[in-house]
Amino acid sequence: MKTLNVMGYKKIWFGISLTLLAIGLVFLLINGGLNLGMDFTGGSSIHANIGKTFEVSEIRDIMDKYDPSATITHAGQNKDQVIIRTKISFDNEKRIEIMKAFSDKYSIEAKDISFESIGPTVGKELAMQSLTALLLAFLGIMIYVSFRFEWRFGLASLTALIHDVLIMVAAYAVLQIPVNSTFIAALLTIIGYSINATIVIFDKIRENIKSERSRKMDYDSIVNVAVNQTLTRSINTSLTTLITIFALYFLGVPAIKDIAFPMIVGVLSGCYSSVLLASPLWVALRRRFKVS
Amino acid sequence: MKSKSLILFLAIVLLISFFAYIAFFGLNIGKYEIVPATDLIKLGLDLRGGVTVLLEAKDKPDDPVNDEKMERAVATLRERIDTLGVTEPVITRVGEDRIEVQLPEIQDPDRALELIGQTAQLEFIEEETGAVIITGNDVKKAQAEFAPSEDGLGQAPVVAFELSPEGAKKFAEATERNRGKIIGIYLDKNPISLPQVKSVIPDGKGVITGSASMEEAGDLATLIRAGALPVPLETLSVTAVGPQLGANSFEQSVDAGTIGILLVFLFMIFYYRLPGLVADITLVLYLTLTLFVLAALKATLTLPGIAGLVLSVGMAVDANVIIFERIKDELQLGKTLRASIESGFRRAFLTIFDANFTTIIACAILFYFGAGPIRGFAVTLIVGVIISMFTAITITKIMMKLLTQGGLLKGMKYFGERGVK
Repeated sequence: MKTLNVMGYKKIWFGISLTLLAIGLVFLLINGGLNLGMDFTGGSSIHANIGKTFEVSEIRDIMDKYDPSATITHAGQNKDQVIIRTKISFDNEKRIEIMKAFSDKYSIEAKDISFESIGPTVGKELAMQSLTALLLAFLGIMIYVSFRFEWRFGLASLTALIHDVLIMVAAYAVLQIPVNSTFIAALLTIIGYSINATIVIFDKIRENIKSERSRKMDYDSIVNVAVNQTLTRSINTSLTTLITIFALYFLGVPAIKDIAFPMIVGVLSGCYSSVLLASPLWVALRRRFKVS
Repeated sequence: MKSKSLILFLAIVLLISFFAYIAFFGLNIGKYEIVPATDLIKLGLDLRGGVTVLLEAKDKPDDPVNDEKMERAVATLRERIDTLGVTEPVITRVGEDRIEVQLPEIQDPDRALELIGQTAQLEFIEEETGAVIITGNDVKKAQAEFAPSEDGLGQAPVVAFELSPEGAKKFAEATERNRGKIIGIYLDKNPISLPQVKSVIPDGKGVITGSASMEEAGDLATLIRAGALPVPLETLSVTAVGPQLGANSFEQSVDAGTIGILLVFLFMIFYYRLPGLVADITLVLYLTLTLFVLAALKATLTLPGIAGLVLSVGMAVDANVIIFERIKDELQLGKTLRASIESGFRRAFLTIFDANFTTIIACAILFYFGAGPIRGFAVTLIVGVIISMFTAITITKIMMKLLTQGGLLKGMKYFGERGVK
């Protein structure tokens, strides 16, 4: 079986990651940050099942009176649903007016319309809570891994996790997809997921260090062997997870797509960082901070 | 020995199928009926439709928000909502100064929001001087009824009210003073009726006209009866899901999830052959147990929750994959199959535990900080991870052993290993 020389090409792996992150950063600067969605900025969204095909311009005509900058997109498998998003948090009166305009034009009922309206206060809190949650997750996992293994493993896996989070942020910066609370949920899930793969590999490294065979081996070879021993598992698990998320993404409703998309990015990045980044990072830390 | 093991194996498979059948379809034998677990799991408002409103009490400098006022506000809201006839409305305090109202499957969100959003401070104001004569606190009774309309031609919906003794006294004096003039009736400073005083009203009984329909009069009566909110509440966020849309997303998401799960099943059989099939059987048990536990926990299944459940299947496979790969490692060391399975499971356990525990850490944090549907996601994922560890470590192991003893599982190539050394 062909083996993967993780340590030999480590510069390439790091290079690819750094390039992707740099691209993300450039887009972040060009676009002036992420495209924050209504969960963070406050605003309204309306999701209506029109029941027949329609032109975006028709909806635009209705919405112009309330917010000319509203984004209007088709949804549903037959493109017969509409999702309208605006940065204005409509009050009840405005909302009733808009709903009436819709039901007059397309004769649809309340049961076919969903709406959401969020004030700016909630958004600010959410931003604060999300950051706290992320930091806590990082801290919790770092402590757990350091406790179960040792601190170098902890730090290496933490770096891989931060990498995954940044890659997901970079994807959103490039594509300018609105960032909502589902994105945060996806981030945290990926943190839990990606560390999974890293731990399996680190577990193997630790086991191999203890074994007879590795007495004469240097760290590079130990890591290479361990990564290859766990490679099937790393790939298979990512595959099965990806299969389910892809099914949700392609067959699911918009709200599910919102959570599935960042996860696809995260699972790919998590697999990459666990297999190719975490172990070389650990070796580097190991060399830099030798055990006395 | 051989056939005994295989019979036992088949018995386990049948038992799992039986449980799975009950979980999804329930059972009905004679007078005993078991409801499917899927029916016992509560659906979130994003799947069944309904309105969620988050309200925040506004501090006034001279009148700070306190616990007692918040409790009274909740009681007032409850009384108002009761007129809507919603099944299982949930009104909860969130933190210090917030109230969340959940109204499942509501058909007319506009009316509900009207009822919830108002402070409903009722005031009778003397038009000449602008002085407040009586307020909602002076009203003892209020109810909607029909009364002869002002033009005398028909019936119009009105709110008939009755004042408390003190209120009646104040009202009698005011009507005396204002005969021929106007006493305005205002709700939250908006005029609802501006009647002219025709005669002195000594008994504190009267009607408020101006309602367009009996329903509107009924809502106004409820607002007056329930009284004004002790603190003004500001609406922070509103989420309303149309019941039909909710049902559609439920159906479509379940379909998508089912297809994803079936593909994973196929993948496992394709890659791991017989052990893969064992893993799939374990996964069926895993799904069944998860549904039972979610039902027992009275957990609410939300749209992200379905995503969590489906995702957890992808992750549950992981435990099996780790074990199978481990067994292959042991086989490569030259151990017998039986010894390899034994040590494979033993050595895989800690790895699986460590790997899953971190997911639980992340999900626990998500549960603590998340709101509404996101919490549902965290719950299903935590439940899923724990159960998947259990089923992979115990049931997969028992079935693998039985297959080995039955002589169906022999060596490396049964793990889908090509190019065996």
